[in-house]
Amino acid sequence: MGKSLLDKVWQAHSVRELPSGQTQLFIGLHLIHEVTSPQAFQMMREQDLKVAFAQRTFATVDHIIPTDTRQRPYVDSQAEGMMSAIERNCREFGIRFFDGPSGHQGIVHVLGPELGLTQPGMTVACGDSHTSTHGALGAVAFGIGTSQVRDVLASQCLAIQRPRVRRIEIEGKLALGVYAKDVTLHIIRNLGVKGGVGFAYEYAGAVVEHMTMEERMTLCNMSIEGGARLGYVNPDQTTFDYVRGREFAPPAENFERAVAWWRSMASDPDAGYDDTVRLDGERIAPTVTWGINPGQAIGVDEKIPVADSFAPDDREVAEDAYEYMGFKPGAEIRGTRIDVAFIGSCTNGRISDLREAAKVARLGKVKPHVKALVVPGSEAVAKAAEAEGLPEVFRQAGFEWRLPGCSMCLAMNPDKLVGRQVCASSSNRNFKGRQGSPSGRTLLMSPAMVAAAAIEGAVADVRDMLGRK
Amino acid sequence: MADLIPIKKVAGRPIPLRGNDVDTDRIIPARFMKAVTFEGMGRFAFYDVRFDAEGHSKGHIMDDPRFEAKGPRVAIVNKNFGCGSSREHAPQALLRWGIKAIVGESFADIFFGNCVALGIPCVSASEAKVAALMAAVEEDPAHDLVVDLETMTIAYRGKSYAIALPGGSRSQLLDGSWDATRSLLQGADAVRATAARLPYVAGFAKA
Repeated sequence: MGKSLLDKVWQAHSVRELPSGQTQLFIGLHLIHEVTSPQAFQMMREQDLKVAFAQRTFATVDHIIPTDTRQRPYVDSQAEGMMSAIERNCREFGIRFFDGPSGHQGIVHVLGPELGLTQPGMTVACGDSHTSTHGALGAVAFGIGTSQVRDVLASQCLAIQRPRVRRIEIEGKLALGVYAKDVTLHIIRNLGVKGGVGFAYEYAGAVVEHMTMEERMTLCNMSIEGGARLGYVNPDQTTFDYVRGREFAPPAENFERAVAWWRSMASDPDAGYDDTVRLDGERIAPTVTWGINPGQAIGVDEKIPVADSFAPDDREVAEDAYEYMGFKPGAEIRGTRIDVAFIGSCTNGRISDLREAAKVARLGKVKPHVKALVVPGSEAVAKAAEAEGLPEVFRQAGFEWRLPGCSMCLAMNPDKLVGRQVCASSSNRNFKGRQGSPSGRTLLMSPAMVAAAAIEGAVADVRDMLGRK
Repeated sequence: MADLIPIKKVAGRPIPLRGNDVDTDRIIPARFMKAVTFEGMGRFAFYDVRFDAEGHSKGHIMDDPRFEAKGPRVAIVNKNFGCGSSREHAPQALLRWGIKAIVGESFADIFFGNCVALGIPCVSASEAKVAALMAAVEEDPAHDLVVDLETMTIAYRGKSYAIALPGGSRSQLLDGSWDATRSLLQGADAVRATAARLPYVAGFAKA
């Protein structure tokens, strides 16, 4: 039996078996940001530890950064304190920091691939659960906590248990108006928010093979929402073409050697899997969440499911969701009035996401009652968008064009919902209170669907606007 | 570096925290993470579930006088506890509130790993056993719940229940290597050898 990419990467990065039976796993790329790293540096100081491989850790600032102005000091003194801390920590420990003046600031999971830091066959860790994003390039990439950030800083390694592997094959072709976001929401809806616990997800099948790198990033990004700590796509020509020429990519004279190794790390055709799931891509509709976890998702033309339709484990959470959201089982999701529209995040803040949203934004104006924000994922994304005139398209339609950051995905900066506002959001989590108001409500959907909702002032079917026949 | 502290047994007053898919945003809302230290996180544990917009108690079990107790606490939870964000702030908040061990039906992967790294055992038991345990505690919470990692059992009011914990994590807790830094650093030579074998570390330069 052949090996999966997970098997191969795990083996290549396995330093030794620890007395506990876990693997001491070498981490090829360590990314840090301002929220989950300051305590790790504090532990380093208290325990008198040195950074083992300072050149394999890169930092940026994304969670707390304001998106209206970058004027220092920040108005929020706590945010300013966190920014100062990461500046000092990077300086003292010799870590490269992609801050504003570097021209490379951005959401950590947009940055890694964009700079060519993330490469196939690597292990990638970051104190952030959406590190699974980097799996799109054929990396084994997963989120860790702050004590583990300390361990990677001190040793470039983690003590960790190897996950099992579930292959998810999505066959067929996606219809007009259906995007990678809909595919990931469809997977979570079908396999559940805890279905992936203990698993790595290997995404495959015609739909995935035809996806661009950025679409694969959206897909892998939300693996964690399905309970899988990591998700990946086997590297192929799409991957190699994406990496080539990026700032930290292997130099041209070594690139073919790199490609040969990357190819060798992909899953063998006869690889064995702990589980295999097949889904039909043709049956995926633009998908919207109606509840308080990403598994509570339906096609935009479906009705909010009744409690009896859920497995016993999920029924109570569904009841909780009806109450929190103020939605009735059996009601249409289409036509649900929204107050805020948010386009951005590590899930959907890349240039291709903004292009798709802009196509819809060109078709109308944001309804007056809707506050609509577009937040590019990085400075590079912002520059690319400017070169194509996208900020103007969005502004003319009534969207605000902001500076890069995590923004309203988790609202650690000033971009927050107020009271019980309903937000159509291209982000990844619709948990209670996620977008900054303890009673705020989030409907997850693709960036194009968010743009459609902003224009209609309510949840709309983007296929109608794109001229579905 | 910190001394190795084996964790073989945790005893404390139990507190049931009911519900499946309790996410880490609920355990600690992001707005309380705007700090460069974990100190003081304990008072924000489950904040929005416990308090209204004016900061008044909503009568959550963590604020119910019947369940008030001094000393270590053991939480009892349902399925997929700690899903969502990787924030260690979540187990830090629980730990600083007093929770030294968690008994549940199942745990999210990252949360589980973060707990081990803090020396908090997350042990699992079947749905029926957790239900029985929660009922027993709610009926009479004034006894210690004992989590024993050597015998892999928990005991409450004279009743004993079998628990599960993946072998690697159990060993880490029993031998004190849950604080992994020391054992990872012991392999420093092997780490350098592994790095030297990985072609990307040298930018795929010709060997």
